[in-house]
Amino acid sequence: MSVQRPGPPPPRGPMGGGPPGMTMVPSAEKAKNFRGSLRRFSSRLRPERGVAVLVLALGIASVFLTVLGPKLLGNATNLIFDGVMGAQIPAGVTQAQAVDHLRATGQTRQADMLAAMTVTPGQGVDFTALAQLLALVAVVYFLASVLSWAQNYLMAGVTQRTMYRLREEVDAKLGRLPLSYFDRTSRGDLLSRVTNDIDNISMTLQQTLTQLVTAVLTVIGVLAMMVWISPILALISVLTVPLSFLVTMVIAKRSRPHFAAQWKSTGELNSIVEEMFSGHELVRVYGHRDQAISDFDRTNEVMAESSFKAQFISGIIQPALMLISNLNYVAIAVFGGLRVASGSMSLGDVQAFIQYSRQFTMPITQIAGVANLLQSGAASAERVFELLDADDQAPDSDKPVPLADPSGRISFENVRFRYLEDTPLIEDMSLEVLPGQTIAIVGPTGAGKTTLVNLLMRFYEIQAGRILIDGIDTRDATRADVRRCFGMVLQDTWLFEGTIYDNIAYGADAPTPADIERAARASFAEHFIRTLPDGFATKLTEQAANISAGERQLLTIARAFLADPAVLILDEATSSVDTRTEVLIQRAMAQLRKGRTSFVIAHRLSTIRNADVIVVMRDGSIVEQGDHEQLMAAHGFYYDLYQSQFAESAE
Amino acid sequence: MNALLSRYLRPHRLVLLLIAFLLLIQVVTNLYLPNLNADIINQGVITGDIGYILRAGGVMLLVSLILGISSVIAVYFSARTAMRLGRDIRGDVFRRVESLSLSQVNALGVPSLITRNTNDVQQIQMLVMTGLTMMVLAPITAVGAVIMAIRENAQLSLLLIVIIPLMLGVISIMIFKAIPLFKVMQVKIDRVNQVLRENLTGIRVVRAFNRTPLEELRFAEANANLTDTTLKVTRIFAMVLPMLLLVMNLSSVAVLWFGGHLVADGSMPIGNLTAFLAYIMQILFSVMMAVMTLMMVPRAAASADRINEVLNTVPDIVDAAHQQRPDGERLGHVEFIDVGFRYPGAEEPILRGINIEIPSGTTTAIIGGTGSGKTTVVNLLPRLLDVTEGSVRIGGIDVRDTPQEELWAAFGLVPQKAFLFTGTVASNLRFGLPEATDDQIWEALEIAQAAEFVRTLPEGLDSVVEQGGANFSGGQRQRLAIARALVRRPAIYVFDDSFSALDYATDARLRRALRDCVEGATVIIVAQRVASITTADQILVMDEGVIVGRGTHDELLLSCETYREIVDSQAEVGAVS
Repeated sequence: MSVQRPGPPPPRGPMGGGPPGMTMVPSAEKAKNFRGSLRRFSSRLRPERGVAVLVLALGIASVFLTVLGPKLLGNATNLIFDGVMGAQIPAGVTQAQAVDHLRATGQTRQADMLAAMTVTPGQGVDFTALAQLLALVAVVYFLASVLSWAQNYLMAGVTQRTMYRLREEVDAKLGRLPLSYFDRTSRGDLLSRVTNDIDNISMTLQQTLTQLVTAVLTVIGVLAMMVWISPILALISVLTVPLSFLVTMVIAKRSRPHFAAQWKSTGELNSIVEEMFSGHELVRVYGHRDQAISDFDRTNEVMAESSFKAQFISGIIQPALMLISNLNYVAIAVFGGLRVASGSMSLGDVQAFIQYSRQFTMPITQIAGVANLLQSGAASAERVFELLDADDQAPDSDKPVPLADPSGRISFENVRFRYLEDTPLIEDMSLEVLPGQTIAIVGPTGAGKTTLVNLLMRFYEIQAGRILIDGIDTRDATRADVRRCFGMVLQDTWLFEGTIYDNIAYGADAPTPADIERAARASFAEHFIRTLPDGFATKLTEQAANISAGERQLLTIARAFLADPAVLILDEATSSVDTRTEVLIQRAMAQLRKGRTSFVIAHRLSTIRNADVIVVMRDGSIVEQGDHEQLMAAHGFYYDLYQSQFAESAE
Repeated sequence: MNALLSRYLRPHRLVLLLIAFLLLIQVVTNLYLPNLNADIINQGVITGDIGYILRAGGVMLLVSLILGISSVIAVYFSARTAMRLGRDIRGDVFRRVESLSLSQVNALGVPSLITRNTNDVQQIQMLVMTGLTMMVLAPITAVGAVIMAIRENAQLSLLLIVIIPLMLGVISIMIFKAIPLFKVMQVKIDRVNQVLRENLTGIRVVRAFNRTPLEELRFAEANANLTDTTLKVTRIFAMVLPMLLLVMNLSSVAVLWFGGHLVADGSMPIGNLTAFLAYIMQILFSVMMAVMTLMMVPRAAASADRINEVLNTVPDIVDAAHQQRPDGERLGHVEFIDVGFRYPGAEEPILRGINIEIPSGTTTAIIGGTGSGKTTVVNLLPRLLDVTEGSVRIGGIDVRDTPQEELWAAFGLVPQKAFLFTGTVASNLRFGLPEATDDQIWEALEIAQAAEFVRTLPEGLDSVVEQGGANFSGGQRQRLAIARALVRRPAIYVFDDSFSALDYATDARLRRALRDCVEGATVIIVAQRVASITTADQILVMDEGVIVGRGTHDELLLSCETYREIVDSQAEVGAVS
């Protein structure tokens, strides 16, 4: 959620304010190269350079005018005060005479004060001058607001356009990254980079840039004004800054272990809730409910206690800062009062000074907060840049050979492939597959059967040799053309959030409803689809949690039916689909395989025995290939595998 | 939301009163400070009375301290109250979910229930925490400041009649325009993230079907939508703050102008002018703070609605008013009489006209295709679901008339998904029988063919089970889940496709061991492999919610076409991997 916290809050009353707890967001993560990432990110703002300069100029102007305000208002107070004093002195008496008179009567302090004022004796408040001055102030404030609005308005465009470009770039990058990148990187990590980190950058950008600029400028401006008005009072105000930091740091440090305890117990509680809800039927039938509740209560109690301590201790920061700011206020009121009384400072200046000192603490707290945000934003930017810096897959050939209407003849010529440079995998594989043939890939779990799929689909690039489709080197064709030759049904089903109809339709470019129903029927998915409340229009949730694993698989099969490819890649183990459905799928697959070349990750003896070529894989590499008779005669790994199978299923 | 809050805040009435009192002290002291400042000017500065200035300064210092101390105490109590409130709501939500039926839990959705029990409560808790300080403090301050301002000068206070509505106007424009946009924005962010997530998880499929350009289009659309909405929101906010500042600043100007006249004609001392300025700022600032806190309300209200939905869900499977106890001898006797089941709102029923009789001590197997209703049948037994037609009887008594605790005690359930809980091997096995001895546990492990691998674990029974049993293989989890049921020694065992992850040899050994162990108990097996069930006393073949065949293996081979199909298909199945 990137709610923009609307800019620098206005000057506080003497008691201060600000939502409690906001200053205490524990910074999640620190960037490895804070400056580098920040600089690199700033360079992304380059297309907005012109606007950015304008934004900065507007910011400077607006802050300058805002800072000018209290001083001018102070002058207005002085005008009024002068008038009040002037009215007390009879007309005809000069100011000097009045001062002398006061001194003579022993009222030395008042004499000093009066001496420092510009008083026209006998004359009250000069309303013409006051009107002019206040009109000026009004104009100054009005301009300040208009400029600040223009600044924010332009800045919104800058940040949003920058974020749009970043998101677009990341998405385009995902399209160009080789599959090996996705296999290598944990999915959760990648997801978190493209979603959480980008959200975080967006939030940081929105909240920090304008705030930081305005806050820094305000601090400088206010400090300048304070020093100008009274260096001694300015010193008192400046002293409160390190004091505030110190107090914040000390309290924050004390609250940290409690926050840690809070996160820990929150995690524990969440996992209890998750488990007990997920295993609901077990909890009930096993009579575990009372135990579950008492476990929950215990952790809940710990969590409430630790969060109370964390919230309370960190909650002290606000009142403590408030106290410091009030002490500052008192100090200014007293010292300022003394100095006005002694004539070395005007009343209006004290008033202005009080306003300035209130404006002073706020941006400083803000800068501290922004610094924290920047840290976490830079860490996120760093992680996104890492993604953007990853190597792209090799581009398609410049003059691709078209691969239209493939017959399904596939040859591997001396193919060499390794995932890791120093781990031999496929060293010299040759295989000739004629149109319509079936190739069974067998081997124990984890033997790397998907490696072949990866090579066929050009998800990975081979390091030597060639793979040809209809005599065309797959590297000379576009990836799109290569992939169009294949239809793939893997164990790992993937469906997106949308209707069942749309999910099946994914298989073809512009299928008609009749095509889709036919595909559903052919894959035996139609029956279960019809039992769903909305039939084909049933919306699948993102994880497709509203249908079973078997049903998911049926849908992906329907999708492959629709695609109608020349070559099929099938993962035969439909372990998540139960027996009867499996039978039907077997038949449908047999039907589908007719006239098509198929690579089958095989589990059934029938498929294996009838395959034209059996590729036997073990520990990631191909150890044998040939037909059933040849392999049995060879008495190798396949022979052993087959024997053990046979023995077990006879049991 | 109000109902939820008032219900859970009621026990804290006295503390709330105390907090209110402390806040009042804060307000009073806070408002007193500008007043003292005015005194310094009027009676100290103008008359040159340094002693007075110092004395008033001392009082200000004291007042500031009182203010600080009372705020700290207020924070203490509001944090305590908010956290206890969160704890209580969490506890009640958890208890309620634990009493709901399986179909109710599924209807609400497990992930959603988890969120409601955790994050949603967190939202409410934070609202109460800030609410107790800011939301109460702001209005009191505003009212107090108005009173003080009027005390300083009633005439000048008339300005407030103009200023406050102006301020509220600016703020309400912001709320009415921005809040709905915020909601839209969140939807757009979710959409962008969803497209990305789907692209990542389905990268192979996207590329296999050459849908990268399509996906990019989908993303570009979502991205542009998000950018548009965010831009609108931020541009509204771009205006808000400068406008609020303008209102405040112009108020100061107005105060000086009108105040100047009052000072000039002697109806107000000049020091009051400074105090008045301070009050105006306090009023406007309080109004702003209150509004900003109010912005938390819609989100918390949505959370409260979600929590209320859980708390207001009445468990649909509860003990009957007139309970009957099944006779202990016949506890293993199971009957289904004309049973039908339909999920609310579904087009077609899941089960129709199911009649089954399972005598005590016999083994019954259920086999059939996806969605044929096998799991539904077994879920009806321990009342994880209730029939919508007909009756399920155990020991001759309708399960709906049996006390649930007693009913459940009759079952050893091994569900389809071998779900283990975080803890140790022992704690998982004692799940249904906390008083089980180590010997009993080992015996169950032996039968479930799990003793061997548990023995090889360095910590044996005390080995840690990670969340979801992630540190065990699928086969190991399944065997532990079976052992967990065995420990209970129930009258009726239900194995819902519980042998699927075992290899043939283990499966065979396990079934042999099981046969002796469950002697006298009723066994109901939902199975995929024919081999697992050939020796059952009775096999039920299900298809699309009805029983299409029943009998022994040999009888069914002769009489049931569907069964033969299954047998034939499996004759050639030999898992290579």
